[in-house]
Amino acid sequence: MKLHEFQAKDLFRAYAIPVQNGVVIERVGELDRITLPYPLVLKAQVLVGGRGKAGGIKLAKTPAEAQGHAQAILGMSIKGEIVRRLLVAEAVDIAGEYYLAFIVDRASRALAAIASAAGGIDIEEVARTTPEKIAKAVIDPFLGFRPFHARELGRRLGLAGTLLNDFVTIATALYRLCEREDAELTEINPLAVVNGRLLAVDAKVIIDDNAVFRHQDLPKNEEMTELERAARSEGLSYVELDGDIAIIGNGAGLVMSTLDMVAHFGGRPANFLDVGGGATDQNMRQAIDIVVRKPGVRVLFVNIFGGITRCDDIARGIAANPPRLPMVVRLTGTNEDEGRRILKEAGFDAFVDPETAAQRAVALVGNQ
Amino acid sequence: MSILIDRTTRVLVQGITGYQGEFHTAQMREFGTQVVAGTTPGKGGQRVGGVPVFETIAEAIHETGANASCSFVPARGAADAALEAIDAGLNPVVIITEGLPVHDALRIVRYAQENAVRVVGPNCPGLTSPGQSKIGIMPNHLFKEGSVGVVSRSGTLTYEIVAGLTARGIGQTTALGLGGDPVIGTNFTDALRLFQEDPQTAAIVLIGEIGGSAEEDAAHFITAHVTKPVVGYIAGRTAPPGKRMGHAGAVISGSEGTAGAKVEALRAAGVRVATLPGEVPKLVAEVL
Repeated sequence: MKLHEFQAKDLFRAYAIPVQNGVVIERVGELDRITLPYPLVLKAQVLVGGRGKAGGIKLAKTPAEAQGHAQAILGMSIKGEIVRRLLVAEAVDIAGEYYLAFIVDRASRALAAIASAAGGIDIEEVARTTPEKIAKAVIDPFLGFRPFHARELGRRLGLAGTLLNDFVTIATALYRLCEREDAELTEINPLAVVNGRLLAVDAKVIIDDNAVFRHQDLPKNEEMTELERAARSEGLSYVELDGDIAIIGNGAGLVMSTLDMVAHFGGRPANFLDVGGGATDQNMRQAIDIVVRKPGVRVLFVNIFGGITRCDDIARGIAANPPRLPMVVRLTGTNEDEGRRILKEAGFDAFVDPETAAQRAVALVGNQ
Repeated sequence: MSILIDRTTRVLVQGITGYQGEFHTAQMREFGTQVVAGTTPGKGGQRVGGVPVFETIAEAIHETGANASCSFVPARGAADAALEAIDAGLNPVVIITEGLPVHDALRIVRYAQENAVRVVGPNCPGLTSPGQSKIGIMPNHLFKEGSVGVVSRSGTLTYEIVAGLTARGIGQTTALGLGGDPVIGTNFTDALRLFQEDPQTAAIVLIGEIGGSAEEDAAHFITAHVTKPVVGYIAGRTAPPGKRMGHAGAVISGSEGTAGAKVEALRAAGVRVATLPGEVPKLVAEVL
């Protein structure tokens, strides 16, 4: 779960990481109550990236300018996300920009500190073009990221004196935040030099979805569509795509390969729904309800390989909630015969071979 | 033969009194696995289908000689359970549990490295060596003894491909499910090393998916160290960037983790990569 910048900065303050003074507003009228000195920077609070390029970050030297910018940004759409909140913060004079992050490094199976003196720009781009400008330190979770680690990392960026001391304080605090709040990413870009001190001008925090249960105090953000939310509340894994063939399967890998098969035979998947292991007939009924609600869906393709999931349970779910659009079912594995019998009674046939079934689903779209 | 487990493996099931623990204990025993003990806090002294339940792993080892773990402990208690198993010296420690916080996984993996214990998972279906033993939840009837090693990040897709191999008369040494999380105890490279060293394994099937760079790392390892033929399949060619496709680890972030890059890396390493999962058995038959 990604946090908004203002939420991440609230966390930063709680961990004593220096950030600019700022206020979050939802209406233009709230600007009147802001007592911060001008110039101010107005930043759209959206979860998608690239808000600066989209016109979501503006500098205002006067209250009139702030009014104009706030009017323009509040309510605008950035990559499909409507801006509902603005962070209004003191503008700062930036003399240098660093990068600092803690990430889960999948390859080394450890948390890693990543830092660079080339901050302020896309770090992936830096890593690609000038990897020598990136310093990385892999962290032992039992030892933690200690001040001496931070000092070594800071030296590799060429930092010294007050800036190095600031870096050590900020980096160890950011590590503590990452570990205690169960973040899979904490990032400061830029970590800026302002009046000879380091300041977190931007803030990015992504909380591990699997750990949300132990952080009930954190804000809840929804990047999901309505159907994605409905699926999650039922314990189903759902992703929205832009085609016309709705897809239900069991197991993430199998569903992904089902999308690939449909695309391979010329079809366009509308969504991805994984009913998971051991799905009940009730889960299957809900799954059908969710995928067919997506506008533009013309065919439903169900691909089940029964393991823990039983084919008879799946068939019962389908029979209890037959979709009102053409459907292709592939059913094989545990209790397959009983599953077929139930489907037959409900007036449906099932394929055994997934590729034949995928071709049939694609053909059905063409027939309409 | 097989990798990691065999007939002599004595399995302890953590969380044996739960719904999944009890069901899969019975399934494992039916497959021929020696399940000798279980643990569930507060339920020591009970029996599950005749298997004695203990409060601690240390007691269970003392009484039963258990030497491997299969954990069904729910996510909130799973890290403690895994650390206890590693601490007690069980090996391998197979974590079926899904939904483990990634910082917990980091601690488990590190502690296992320090203690030279092999962890499989979390969020995995376990491993199955037909004719030998099974730890985990793979359906018993799919397998057949033979000479192909199968390693995968996905559960159901593994079943699909194993069933296809078996239907073609191609048996398996071991099928190993690594798990769908970003941080896992055993990765493709570890599995490839084990299969390369296993004299019974004549060919290897590698089933990958989008997210991370484990398949690219595997490709490098194959080029340098694997002399046995490898057949591959990568799921998620049509997955959009930035979306988690069911598995916590199956997400294309930035330019990393695309199916295209993985297929390309594997092909460059001489791996025959199938476009559809149904092609895998045919490609395996060609290299055997």
